[in-house]
Amino acid sequence: MSIAVPQTMNKALEPFLIIVGSLMVSMVLFGVFVALAGADPFEVYQTMYRAAFGTTFSWQNTLIRAAPLMLTALCTALPGHLGLIIIGGEGAVVMGGLFAAIAALAIQTAPPMVVLVTMALVGMAAGGLWLTIGGALRHYRAVNETISSLLLNYIAIALLNHLVTSTFRDPESLNHPSTHHIGEANMIGAIPGTDLHWGLVFGIVACVIAWFLMHHTVFGFASQIAGGNVRAAQIAGLPVGRLILIICLVAGAAGGLAGMVEVAAIHGRANDTLNANYGYAGILVAFVARNNPLAIIPVAVLLGGIRASSGLLQRSHELPDATVLVMQGIIFLVILFSETLYGRFSRLQKQEVS
Amino acid sequence: MEAGWWGVLIAVLGGAIRIGTPFLFVSLGECLTEKSGRINLGLEGTLVMGAMTGYAVSLHSGSPWLGVLCAGLAGMMLGALHSWLCSFQRVNDIAVGIAMMLFGTGLAFFLGKPYIQPSAPQLPSIDLGGWSDIPQLKAALQINALFLVGIAMAIALGWMLNNTAWGLKVRVVGENADAARALGLPVDRIRILSTAQGGFLAGIGGSYLSLYYPFNWSEGLSSGQGLMAVALVIFARWQPLWCLWVSLLWGGAAALGPSLQSVGITGGYYIFNAIPYIMTLAVMIITCSPRRTLVGVPHELTVTR
Repeated sequence: MSIAVPQTMNKALEPFLIIVGSLMVSMVLFGVFVALAGADPFEVYQTMYRAAFGTTFSWQNTLIRAAPLMLTALCTALPGHLGLIIIGGEGAVVMGGLFAAIAALAIQTAPPMVVLVTMALVGMAAGGLWLTIGGALRHYRAVNETISSLLLNYIAIALLNHLVTSTFRDPESLNHPSTHHIGEANMIGAIPGTDLHWGLVFGIVACVIAWFLMHHTVFGFASQIAGGNVRAAQIAGLPVGRLILIICLVAGAAGGLAGMVEVAAIHGRANDTLNANYGYAGILVAFVARNNPLAIIPVAVLLGGIRASSGLLQRSHELPDATVLVMQGIIFLVILFSETLYGRFSRLQKQEVS
Repeated sequence: MEAGWWGVLIAVLGGAIRIGTPFLFVSLGECLTEKSGRINLGLEGTLVMGAMTGYAVSLHSGSPWLGVLCAGLAGMMLGALHSWLCSFQRVNDIAVGIAMMLFGTGLAFFLGKPYIQPSAPQLPSIDLGGWSDIPQLKAALQINALFLVGIAMAIALGWMLNNTAWGLKVRVVGENADAARALGLPVDRIRILSTAQGGFLAGIGGSYLSLYYPFNWSEGLSSGQGLMAVALVIFARWQPLWCLWVSLLWGGAAALGPSLQSVGITGGYYIFNAIPYIMTLAVMIITCSPRRTLVGVPHELTVTR
């Protein structure tokens, strides 16, 4: 029995150490990169820390960016449990925001609470159905889900641009075609005592629910099995197709909710600002968190902080705003490389145990 | 009105060549990579990086052709990085492709910031329409030399894959890595070389975007061509010459929106622009099947599993 304790500890410790190690290696590589670009890496990191976590204001800035990342990370993380690599979060955000705005405009005069609940439901349905297309094509037609979900992002953006420049265009939005404003009364307010809107709470609650669903229900257990070995799952009689569709629906609903929050808490209307790359950054969050919904929360805060520091980096170090994109790319590559390290320290573990 | 519709047809044909050329290079690059059994989704990033490099080098050196070469070399390095990472155990090539897409575009935007304003020397075009009096036809037949290079590449690549020892090695590695290892072939090295060469071609495709058409460097330059190439190759059944026809088809589809706009049909502009994506998705739905493998697929490819 005494052997079991260190083993379970190692099981949780190994990913933690590898991920933290990967992030540190990424920081060194990025430091070399900015040094080559002519900036002092230590000052750059100091600036980033100040801009992301230094003051109450910067914390708020970070958390506002982290909220949609938590939701879009679920778009990749949940299907990831089934072994699918779906990167259609951007499309889910766009569709969710677009249809949430359209729904709000249809019932604008209803009580604000009714409008908001309708927006959330419609947005989640739109995002969920959009992401499910990729999952359904995978299951019924064996179409690669990574490529189809990415193509669907482009199609969603085209649909958004088409609808906000034609049927749903507010004639007053001249330079920046948008839908009509949903009305100030229908906007999501701030969490009392802060400048943060409720999107952050939605994100955290969604991650906790997703964690419970995947790790503490029969449904989640079935999904883990199907993700490990589809054949075995089918022989065991698990409805693999239904699992794929439901998981994609839930994952897309999270993305759709992110789009709804963007409209209802920030822009007040749907336009091409919905296409703010939260979907793509969410993929990175999901990979760093190794698809664990609870781990998504801190990783999203970290990445939200990195993205929040972009402006200050530009002003104080004359680094272009794409600097944070390079940093994200480096982290992503190092994290994927670290997959090869798992199990390499097993000899070390066994020696500790015996 | 009749002349207007002829105009649309000619514009679509011209567009097929003009917009199809980058598709051709990227799909040839992807074709070679996939023949060796790897999939590189990161060619979207390679394309953008190639566009930036080509533009910057052309601006500094005054020679657009040197720009094309350097764009190819930049693409080669990204391809080599992709396949080097993938050669480690348990590193997923599709996931690395997504990361390379973000890394390549991020790096290109970072390095390319100073080049958004100035204008670099353009690649020259060859006038094949001198015999015609119709201005639209003349414009459509202004063909860039890179298109002809692309045709030559498609023919050469097809020949080399089928008739040379090198081509056979690439195909064996792509069909069955274990068999290749049993034959003593260096599987990882062949894949790294193939992916790097594929990246070279994709980088050239990127330089076409910035140095010929649309001829500028901006952050919105590429619009998923690198990604669609993956589906194009499936449609072309991993045959380089078919990549040529399919690229022309996609170029024509992408030219449809702007061509219709020129005769006054402006409604649905964004929808027309989405045609290539919709077509790509439709092709994948039609050609893929859960019950059989694709015709001509290299069996090591994870994309079809």
